[in-house]
Amino acid sequence: MKYSSQSVALPYFIAAIGLFVGQIIFGLAMGLQYVVGDFLFPEIPFNVARMVHTNLLIVWLLFGFMGAAYFLIPEETETELYSPKLALLMFWVFLIAGAATILGYLLVPYSTLAEMTGNNILATMGREFLEQPLLTKIGIVIVALAFLFNISMTMLKGRKTVISIVLLLGLWGLAVFFLFSFYNPGNLVKDKFYWWWVVHLWVEGVWELIMAAMLAFVLIKVTGVDREVIEKWLYVIITLALVTGLIGTGHHYFWIGTPQYWQWWGSIFSALEPIPFFAMTVFAFNMVNRRRREHPNKAAVLWALGTGVMAFLGAGVWGFLHTLAPVNFYTHGSQITAAHGHMAFYGAYVLVVLTIISYAMPLLRGRAANSERSQVCEMWAFWLMTISMVFITLFLTAAGILQVWLQRVSDTPMPFMQVQDQIALFYWMRLWAGVVFSIGLVTYLVSFFVKGESKPLITA
Amino acid sequence: MNTCAQTLMPSLPVQAPAPAAAVRHLPGDLAIWVFIFAELLVFGVFFITYAFARSNNVELFNAEQLALDRTSGAVNTVLLLTSSFLVVRAVQFAQAGESRRAAPWLAGAFACGGGFVVVKLFEYAEKIAAGVSLSSSTFHMFYLSLTFFHFMHVILGMVILVAMWNGARNGRYGPDNMNGIETGAAYWHMVDLVWLILFPLIYVMR
Ligand code: HEM
Ligand code: HEM
Ligand SMILES: [Fe+2]
Repeated sequence: MKYSSQSVALPYFIAAIGLFVGQIIFGLAMGLQYVVGDFLFPEIPFNVARMVHTNLLIVWLLFGFMGAAYFLIPEETETELYSPKLALLMFWVFLIAGAATILGYLLVPYSTLAEMTGNNILATMGREFLEQPLLTKIGIVIVALAFLFNISMTMLKGRKTVISIVLLLGLWGLAVFFLFSFYNPGNLVKDKFYWWWVVHLWVEGVWELIMAAMLAFVLIKVTGVDREVIEKWLYVIITLALVTGLIGTGHHYFWIGTPQYWQWWGSIFSALEPIPFFAMTVFAFNMVNRRRREHPNKAAVLWALGTGVMAFLGAGVWGFLHTLAPVNFYTHGSQITAAHGHMAFYGAYVLVVLTIISYAMPLLRGRAANSERSQVCEMWAFWLMTISMVFITLFLTAAGILQVWLQRVSDTPMPFMQVQDQIALFYWMRLWAGVVFSIGLVTYLVSFFVKGESKPLITA
Repeated sequence: MNTCAQTLMPSLPVQAPAPAAAVRHLPGDLAIWVFIFAELLVFGVFFITYAFARSNNVELFNAEQLALDRTSGAVNTVLLLTSSFLVVRAVQFAQAGESRRAAPWLAGAFACGGGFVVVKLFEYAEKIAAGVSLSSSTFHMFYLSLTFFHFMHVILGMVILVAMWNGARNGRYGPDNMNGIETGAAYWHMVDLVWLILFPLIYVMR
């Protein structure tokens, strides 16, 4: 760690990991509810568990992004953070607001929560991923603004690198597009239209910039490859991401009541969205191949390469699978969507956050890299989580293909619930893969406590 | 001691830094070529989709194609070809170390681009008045999307031409500083090239 203010990243990373654990617990609960319908009923119904699972995912990724920015920006700009105090204050605000929201979901009926938190003043709740009460949404905006202020002021007084500019651009974009979560027109078509401006333009737009910047930062550090080379790649990746991803939003406008030309626009532009993800894969391997040094933190290199591969598989391959209008006509909203959602979120954003945590955590704890034993443990966690996620994806894809076939393609289509009974076996297998995933997660937690001789930090 | 860690890691050998050996000259920056490639890919996919859509509905496409304004399309083709030629001249002057003399040629190229924009706007105004819209037919969808997507590229290209013109006037380019002007020129030729495919495909070919 080169700047003392980088240490504010530590609580952000710890909170991220803590909430990750919560997310997976609720994922498992739902995995069981899929096959044992009344599990935990009426205490935690499926819809509540689902809300907690997905919201925790988003919130812990945001914690990860913010921690990453607090760690990376001082080092890139070569100056202390503008205000470490503000960063810590915002940490607590965000954590408490997040915890209160989750408790709200779990303890009171959703409609009561809505009444309690001013949904009658401005109705924003009740939409997937954007379920947060109005108060929480306002809190998120305040935290985001304070965070961006802090980071931008740091940038202004320091060195401006391409990595930090791309990161900042992505983070500002994240905040700006979140504002559309406050816009909830009564017309359902318009509602959905702008809902995607948050959801799609996040994961297939501005978050890609954040991801590329984080990956580039870690790759520079662990490979020692020239900054100029990495910067060229960054330019190419972000241009490709924006050229394809912006109009690519159209792949969600096929059947929601929008004009027909979206079927063409959405299909054509989104079909090219895998390219920036592919470029990131090539980028990661290329940099590691050209590396000038052997960094003692082998685990971080593994996470970085894993991000490249899994993001391309999850977003690029599984995204392309159902992105053309004639295919999506059959697969829309099926288990194929869930398969893609899991692998894309895991491969791109979960892994990139775990990559930077893997690189930064030892430094934050005062050493260049963890002990051999601890790294081996961490790598086991990588493989357990990654392989089980591949299986979750494969089982859901199999379930999805059968579902589409029996329910939508067949000459004698079966009703929804009857089809669900037919594919229950795959849901069981998904559950077991989820159990393995949790074992991987526990292994990951353990790796932080494995003792051993660690590589000392050489302060130049 | 590293054995265990190595079994968990794909092993990739460390490479010596590449020797700065003789590299073939690529005009302009590598990044612009990757960008151009991506752009051509988007247009390419668009063109192929058009061909598919057309083959499913040849009569309708032919009838509506006939209603397009081929004269203005041809004028625009001439304008873009001329402007590409002017840019080539400008690059030659820069190569000869006469950066300032490149400037008027770039201004000329910009003027041709401006002419293209004006002609196109008149064409759009007429079509829209005639009820052509993105939703009026599949052919119109392609006609408007493709030409407008290209139109936006012309505008971006003109912005780049202004930057090049400014650089040329300030004497920035010369035989040992060709990167900027070649990069911009490559982009402008791409814009021209796409039109040379688009025009026959949408306006003429039946
Ligand atoms: C890391 C990047 C990505 C993430 C995190 C992601 C995540 C998701 C999620 C969670 C959904 C489900 C949304 C819902 O609840 O309805 C979804 C839907 C979809 N995604 Fe992605 N995605 C990514 C990239 C891509 C890419 C690159 C493509 C195309 C090549 C793509 C194509 C689609 C399509 C077509 C749908 C709609 C499926 C349907 O109609 O049900 N995604 N994505
Ligand atoms: C890091 C790992 C995980 C990530 C990134 C993740 C992400 C997501 C996302 C984005 C959704 C919404 C999907 C959509 O809208 O289509 C979702 C839903 C869900 N997840 Fe996960 N998840 C993870 C782990 C798990 C695990 C381990 C399980 C259980 C075995 C699980 C079970 C579920 C279930 C049952 C749903 C609801 C699907 C539905 O509504 O039909 N998840 N998850
Ligand atoms: Fe999308």
